[in-house]
Amino acid sequence: MTNPKGRFGIHGGQYITETLMNAVIELEEAYNHYKDDPDFNSELTDLFNNYAGRPSRLYFAKRMTEDLGGAKIYLKREDLNHTGAHKINNVLGQALLAKKMGKTRLIAETGAGQHGVATATAAALMNMQCVVFMGVEDTQRQALNVYRMKLLGSEVVPVETGTGTLKDAVSEAMREWTSRISDTHYCLGSVMGPHPFPTIVRDFQAVISREIKSQLLELENKLPDVILACVGGGSNAIGSFWHFINDKDVRLIGCEAAGRGVDTFETAATIATGRLGIFHGMKSYFCQDEYGQIAPVYSISAGLDYPGIGPEHAHLHDIGRAEYVPITDEEAVNAFEYLAKTEGIIPAIESAHAVAHAMKIAPSMNKDKVIVITISGRGDKDCTAIARYRGENINE
Amino acid sequence: MSNIHKAFENGKAFIPFITCGDPDINTTLETVRAAVEAGADLIELGIPFSDPTAEGPVIQAANLRALKGGITTDKIFSMVEDLRRDIKIPMVFMTYANVIFSYGTEKFISRAHEIGIDGLIIPDLPFEEKEEFLPACHKYDVDLISMIAPTSENRIAMIAREAEGFLYIVSSLGVTGTRSEIKTDLAKIIEAVRKNSKIPCAIGFGISTPEQAKKMAAISDGAIVGSAIIKILAKYGTQAPRYVGEYVKAMKEAVR
Repeated sequence: MTNPKGRFGIHGGQYITETLMNAVIELEEAYNHYKDDPDFNSELTDLFNNYAGRPSRLYFAKRMTEDLGGAKIYLKREDLNHTGAHKINNVLGQALLAKKMGKTRLIAETGAGQHGVATATAAALMNMQCVVFMGVEDTQRQALNVYRMKLLGSEVVPVETGTGTLKDAVSEAMREWTSRISDTHYCLGSVMGPHPFPTIVRDFQAVISREIKSQLLELENKLPDVILACVGGGSNAIGSFWHFINDKDVRLIGCEAAGRGVDTFETAATIATGRLGIFHGMKSYFCQDEYGQIAPVYSISAGLDYPGIGPEHAHLHDIGRAEYVPITDEEAVNAFEYLAKTEGIIPAIESAHAVAHAMKIAPSMNKDKVIVITISGRGDKDCTAIARYRGENINE
Repeated sequence: MSNIHKAFENGKAFIPFITCGDPDINTTLETVRAAVEAGADLIELGIPFSDPTAEGPVIQAANLRALKGGITTDKIFSMVEDLRRDIKIPMVFMTYANVIFSYGTEKFISRAHEIGIDGLIIPDLPFEEKEEFLPACHKYDVDLISMIAPTSENRIAMIAREAEGFLYIVSSLGVTGTRSEIKTDLAKIIEAVRKNSKIPCAIGFGISTPEQAKKMAAISDGAIVGSAIIKILAKYGTQAPRYVGEYVKAMKEAVR
C-alpha cells in the first residue's frame, strides 16, 4: 500500500526530498491545529472581509445572457478582490498560518504574477520578508506584476532554468525551501505539490463556492446547473467546485489551456494530453514524454502554463465528478475581448478560458438554467500580451 | 541482498556520481571505467530528468546537456549492459520517481536487475512513499537506498531501521553542489543511525576536495561526490575520462 496521507484516490502523496519532510509534517500539524481554532478563523475572516473585500459579488451578466440567448450567466467576481484575483484567499490563510508557526519569511512561485503579488501583499501586511520565483519568460510577459511585487517590498528572482515558466519557478522555490526551512514558509499558490498543500489551498479557496451557494440561493433560490472555472494547477476551480461536489446535479467543468491546440505540442491541457506521473511532490496527470521527461508546455496564459494538474482534480476526473475541457489561445482571446465589450469586464486571460466555454454551451441550454463562471482575476496584466497577439504593440 | 556491501569492504568507500549521457554515452562509458580503474568502490549513475528539483545548477546543467544529446532510459540500460561485461563493483541508479514510474515500475526495476544494477537512489521518494517502489525492488533484489538529511532528526531511527544497501547521508541543507564548508553535525547523525542499524553510511552533497572527503570518511563509511566530477566533465567534455580518473584516484587515497 502506498502512503495514504494526502491521497485523492490514487493521486497526491508526498514525493519530496527527505530534507523537506519535517517541514511538511510541521505544516500539517500546525494546519490541523489552527483550522478549527476560533481565533484563527475570526482573524482570517476579518482579513477576508475588511482587507480583501470579501464576499466577492455574484453578478448577473444580463447582456451576455441575452446575447448568447440560453442559460442565465452569473459571474463570480474574484477579480474584484484586493490584488485582483482569487489568489489572495489562499495567501492570507497561509501567511497567517506561517506567522502563527513563527516563520518570518515567505517564498512563493508565480506564473502570471497574481500569486506573487498576493504573497508580496500579505508579506507587506504582516511584516514578513518575501522572495518570489518567476520564470524569466513570465517576467517579460507580466512585467507590470514584477513591478508591483517589488513595490510591495519583495525580491523577485527570475528563473532561467528549463522553459523559464511556472514549472521552473515551482522547482526553484522548492530548491530554495530546501536550503532555508527554519524561518521560511513556502507559500504554494495552487492545489498542487506535496500533502498538505493541496488540502490547505483548497480549504482556503473553498470560500468561493461557499459564497456562490448562498448568493445564488438568495438570487435564484436554486443551485447552479453548471460551474465553470479555468484550471492550471486548479486552485480557483477547486475553490469554485468544493461545496458543490456532493450536489450531483451541478455540473463542474474545468477549462484547461489548450494553447495552439491539443493536437499540437504547444499545449498545456493536462487532462486532455497528459498521463499519470509523479512530479513536484505529487502523483497526478502530467504532460510528459514516453520516458517521463516533463513536457515544455505552452499557453498564452502564464497562469495556466503548467504541465500538471492538482491531484484532487485528477481524482474528480477519474471518478467522473468533474469534466475538463481544453480551450485554445484563440478561443480564450476571443472571450477576453467579448466579456470586455459585452459586460465592461476585462477578465484575466486565465479566466477567459472559462468564459470561452460558457460561450460554447450557454446558447443550447434552456433559459431557466444557470451557469456560474468564476472570473478568477482581472485582465489589466494581460492587455500588453493580448494586444501583441492581435499584432498591436502598446509598449512605449 | 545486493552486492552493495562489497563497496564497503575495501576501507572507506569513494563513490563518484556520473550523469549518463553527459556529454555522450561513450564518454560516460569511458568515465566509469576510468573511475573504477582509479579505485572507485561504487558507481552512482544518474539517469537524467528534465526537472531535477534536488539538484543545484551544475547537475541541472548536466541533465539538460545529456537530454539534449538524445539520451534515454533504454540507451542507458544498454550502456550498463556494456559496462557489466568488465565492471564488477556495485553500481546504482540515481534518478527521479517519474523516470521509473513512467517507464513502468516493474518493467524498470526488473530490467535494472537484469543488467546488474544493485540499487536505486530516488531523491523525491521519502520514507513515507517508498512503498511505491519497494515491492518491485524486493522482488528483483534491487536495494532501495534511503536518505537522511540534516533536518531528519526524529526520523533517523525509523529510516535507519528499514534501510537497505547503504544510507545516503545528506551533508547540508539545500541542493547538490560543491560547498566551501559543511557545518552539519554529521557525527551526531551517524551516531543516531548506528544505534539503530549496522548499515554503511556514506556522506554526499557539497564534497569536492580530498580534505573534505577525508574528514567525511573519518566519521562515516564513505564519501559521495557528484558536482565536482560533473564540473570536470563540463570542462573537458569527451576528453574528461582521464581527468576524472586522476581526480577519483586522489579522492580514494584521501578517504582510504
